[in-house]
Amino acid sequence: MATMTQTRSLVELQAIAKTIRRHIIEMTGAAKSGHPGGSLSAVEILVSLYFGGHLRHDPRNPQWKDRDRFILSKGHACPVLYAVMAESGYTPVDQLTTLRKMGSLYQGHPDRRFIPSLEASTGSLGQGLSLALGMGLAARLDRSPSKTFVVLGDGEIQEGQIWEAAMFGAYHKTDNVCAIVDNNRIQLDGFVKDIMAVEPLADKWQAFGWSVIEVDGHSLEELDKAFEQFRSTEGKPTAVIAHTVKGKGVSFMENNPKWHGTAPNAEETAAALKELAG
Amino acid sequence: MTKTKFELKMGPATREAFGKALAELGRENKDVVVCDADLSKSTYTAAFAKEFPDRFFSCGIAEANMVGIGAGLASSGKIAFVSSFSCFVMNKGFEQLRVTSAFPQVPLKVVGTHSGISIGEDGPSQMSIEDIALACSLPGFAVIDPCDEVAMKALVKAAAYHPGPVFLRAGRAKAAIVHAPDQEFEIGKSIELIPGSDVTVIAHGLLVAEAIRASEALDAEGISVRVIDMHTVKPLDADAIEIAARETGAIVVAEEHLVDGGLGVRVAQAASQSYPCVMEFVGINNYAESGTPEGLLDKYGLVARDVIAAIRRVLPRKRG
Repeated sequence: MATMTQTRSLVELQAIAKTIRRHIIEMTGAAKSGHPGGSLSAVEILVSLYFGGHLRHDPRNPQWKDRDRFILSKGHACPVLYAVMAESGYTPVDQLTTLRKMGSLYQGHPDRRFIPSLEASTGSLGQGLSLALGMGLAARLDRSPSKTFVVLGDGEIQEGQIWEAAMFGAYHKTDNVCAIVDNNRIQLDGFVKDIMAVEPLADKWQAFGWSVIEVDGHSLEELDKAFEQFRSTEGKPTAVIAHTVKGKGVSFMENNPKWHGTAPNAEETAAALKELAG
Repeated sequence: MTKTKFELKMGPATREAFGKALAELGRENKDVVVCDADLSKSTYTAAFAKEFPDRFFSCGIAEANMVGIGAGLASSGKIAFVSSFSCFVMNKGFEQLRVTSAFPQVPLKVVGTHSGISIGEDGPSQMSIEDIALACSLPGFAVIDPCDEVAMKALVKAAAYHPGPVFLRAGRAKAAIVHAPDQEFEIGKSIELIPGSDVTVIAHGLLVAEAIRASEALDAEGISVRVIDMHTVKPLDADAIEIAARETGAIVVAEEHLVDGGLGVRVAQAASQSYPCVMEFVGINNYAESGTPEGLLDKYGLVARDVIAAIRRVLPRKRG
């Protein structure tokens, strides 16, 4: 099988995570707009999938039929996805800083017309889970081992379509689909609890019939175990509630709603990169 | 083309023809999958569901999710049909059609039944009078409204193998058989049903039969009315429109849809770019009410009488 599953040490994965964070800062800094906070909160989730062996994929053969699929439903966090895909070899690393510029591969939100190896064009919130479940059904019909992973924002799940999809996933026993909620507790207008409370998250997904795993979303070990548990879970889809910190890794961005949709200026970019050095 | 007298024998509703064609397609191709939102008995996808339970996905009353599920299936190589009442799938699923089908060019097949006002007693909340306008505003979508069983059967298959996304419109009311059983259909290619030299009536759906009735009635008065079945509203058969404008100098567009955003404005746009001519429009201008299908079509001006009236309005305006 042509999987690219590689065994990397925890230290190696942590180093990759740091590189991804630097890319996110450089990209949004160069673009002078974008969403650094929710990109930084999802770094370990994507590093665990793309580099920790949990997403069976092959950058040299992106149309491999039995590949696992990944959808970033919270499409505004695309800097983290672009950085991870570039470091995996799908797209050029040296063009990452063209983010949001006219003609760039790295559009403001994920756009398959520019990067065909993206599994979905996203950006209008609430839609990725339905797509993931459709892909899961197709894999099941094809008797393919393919799994589909989808990252949702905790603000995003205020969209009603998410809960239509949650009902659907349990009813159709789509156990080859794993939804990961990047629970960073912040959305554009402020803290999620002050805009439209979504807790208790685990109880909600459980009540909708999903297998629920709560993890520290910055712990590669805990993510590892969660994704292994997902692979061995039969009869129901899995929801990983990843408790994260918005802006994680840059002290002045952490837990501050300002950094949902504000790019760092030149000084802030330099300061952030200094923190992420090495 | 010689004039033949149309029998216009009553046939099944196009929704019923769709259901039958879909089940046949399921037998022919195992990649065909179908999603429905608790209306499979009304949309007639129930026949497919019964025969291919593994390839039928019940979505419950949740059209937005259904469109996303269908787009996911289509993204993974399935020939995915999503079906509901046209007003629900197009209005509640529009944003999902935009983001997960039109924008990423995912070839989803959307079938909206119970289109127009001829659904009858259920009333305006279930009627779809805006669906053509909505579907035409999605870049890359083919928009098709078959007028009878023969057209639907052929166009379901054409839609399935069309490389892009498709909106296929179906009706609840029984539809007169217009086409010969061996008529061939191609997406984007209209069909001239009656030749004529004084005026052309371009119609889709149930109004095709009304246009034929109007043409035959006026023939007795010596008015020669060409009738075209424009089953594909998008991409439009601009050549047929230009020829009709040049040869007959007047066009009436007749449709069971809002005049605003319907086939009429698209034909006017095409004619204005090729050979502008005088035009009239037969269509809907507001929400209807409960009633019998026949009663509603009559009251809201969608029968042969109304096509004839439009022809009488347009003829005196023809340029010398």
